[in-house]
Amino acid sequence: MLDKTGIAKRIAKELKDGYFVNLGIGIPTLVANYIPTGIEVEFQSENGVLGMGPFPFEGDEDADIINAGKQTITTLKGASFFDSVTSFAMIRGQHVDLTILGAMEVSENGDIANWKIPGKMVKGMGGAMDLVASAENIIVAMMHTNKRGESKLLKNCSLPLTGVGCVKKIVTNLAVLEVTNKGFKLLERAPGVSVEDIQKATEGTLLIEGDIPEMILN
Amino acid sequence: MIKKTVQNVEEALTGIKDGMTLMLGGFGLCGIPENSISELVKKNVKGITCISNNAGVDDFGLGLLLQGKQIKKMISSYVGENDEFERQMLSGELDVELTPQGTLAEKCRAAQAGFPAFFTPAGYGTEVAEGKETREFNGKMYVLEEAFKADFAIVKAWKGDTAGNLIFKGTARNFNPCMCGAAKITIAEVEELVPAGELDPNQVHVPGIFVQRIFQGKDYEKRIEQRTVRSRN
Repeated sequence: MLDKTGIAKRIAKELKDGYFVNLGIGIPTLVANYIPTGIEVEFQSENGVLGMGPFPFEGDEDADIINAGKQTITTLKGASFFDSVTSFAMIRGQHVDLTILGAMEVSENGDIANWKIPGKMVKGMGGAMDLVASAENIIVAMMHTNKRGESKLLKNCSLPLTGVGCVKKIVTNLAVLEVTNKGFKLLERAPGVSVEDIQKATEGTLLIEGDIPEMILN
Repeated sequence: MIKKTVQNVEEALTGIKDGMTLMLGGFGLCGIPENSISELVKKNVKGITCISNNAGVDDFGLGLLLQGKQIKKMISSYVGENDEFERQMLSGELDVELTPQGTLAEKCRAAQAGFPAFFTPAGYGTEVAEGKETREFNGKMYVLEEAFKADFAIVKAWKGDTAGNLIFKGTARNFNPCMCGAAKITIAEVEELVPAGELDPNQVHVPGIFVQRIFQGKDYEKRIEQRTVRSRN
C-alpha cells in the first residue's frame, strides 16, 4: 500500500517533457518533488504564475508572490505573471497539458466530487470546476477509501459534483486505474496489494483484464 | 489630460453608498486594496454586495467589513480561512454566491468588454448550472453565464500614473486588471503614483481609460497568509 508520498511519486511518472501542469492542493502539490530526471515541466498556478519554483529561502518571502494555496513561492527562469482572465484562458483553452487534483469521490463514468459536503461549511470550488471542465488530461490523486473505510470509487457520486465525465486516470494508495466507458479499468497494483484487496475497496465496476502488474516507483 | 488623481482615500471613495455592488481586486490577501477597505470600514456603508475572489481573513482584508456586518452578499469562488464569514453564512445573515474562479474572472472581463454573457464549460452538470441556459458546441456542453453589473470597482496596483495607467507586481495582479472598467466607476489605489509620462507605455498593464480615480495609498501591510520557506542549509 502507498502513503501520500508514494501516490505523488507514482503520478510523477505520468509527467512528460514539455508539459504545462496545474497541481491542486494536498497530495498533488507533492508531485513537484518527484519530477523524473531528464524531464522539464512548468507548473501553472491559477492565481497568475507560470514557471513556479520552490518555496523561498527564509527572509526572501515576498507577499506579492504566492501560489493558489496562498503560500509564498519563488519563480524559475522563463516564468511569467498574468491576470486571472489570462490564467483561466490557459486552463479553459486547454493550453495546460495536465491537471492533477484531489477528490472526495469519483464515479465509474469519470464524474468527480471534490468541493462540497452537504451540512458542512462550504468553502467554495475555487478553480476546480474550470479545471475539470476544460482539461484534456486529468489525474485524480486520492486515497481509495474514506476515513470510514468506504470506497471513493463509486458507480455514482453521492456528493455534489464538481464536473461530469472528466476524470481519465486515478492513482490511489492501492492502485492505478483508467476511466473507460465500461468502468474503472485496473492498470497497476500498489506494492503488496492484491487484486482482491482492490476489488473489495472499489464500489464501482472494476475491469480486470489479464495479469495486473505491480507499480514500479523508481 | 483628464484629471483622475484624487488627494486621498476619502475623496476616492466619494459616492459609495449603502446597498451598492462593489468589485474588489485581490487573491487571498495578495493585491487587495488595503486603504480602500479600511476607508469602507470607516465610512460604515452597509448592505454591500461584494464581488471578490475571496473574503479575507477574520482580522484583515474583507474580513474587516464582515466584522462590521457591512456585507449583505458575497460573490466569490473560495471563502475558507474566515470564522466570522462561516458564522454569518450559517446563521443566514450573509448571502453567498459561489462561482467558479475562471467564471468569476470572465464575468468581470465580460462587463469590462461589453459582452452581456458568455458560454463556459465550467460547472456544466453541477449545481452551478442549475437554472441557467446550456448549449452544445462541437459535441461539448456549455453554461451561459452573465456579465457582472457593479457600481464601483476598487483595485490595487503597484505603480500608476496620473493618467490612470497601471502596472502590477507578481501575483498581486490577479483579478485587478479584469475589474478595471467593469463597473460604472473604477478606483485604483497604488503604492507609487508618478506623473504621466514617467511610466513606459510599453510596460503598462491596464490603460488609463479603464480607471476614473487614482490615488497613492500608504502604510501597506501586505500580510502573508501562508508563510512557506525552505532552509538555506
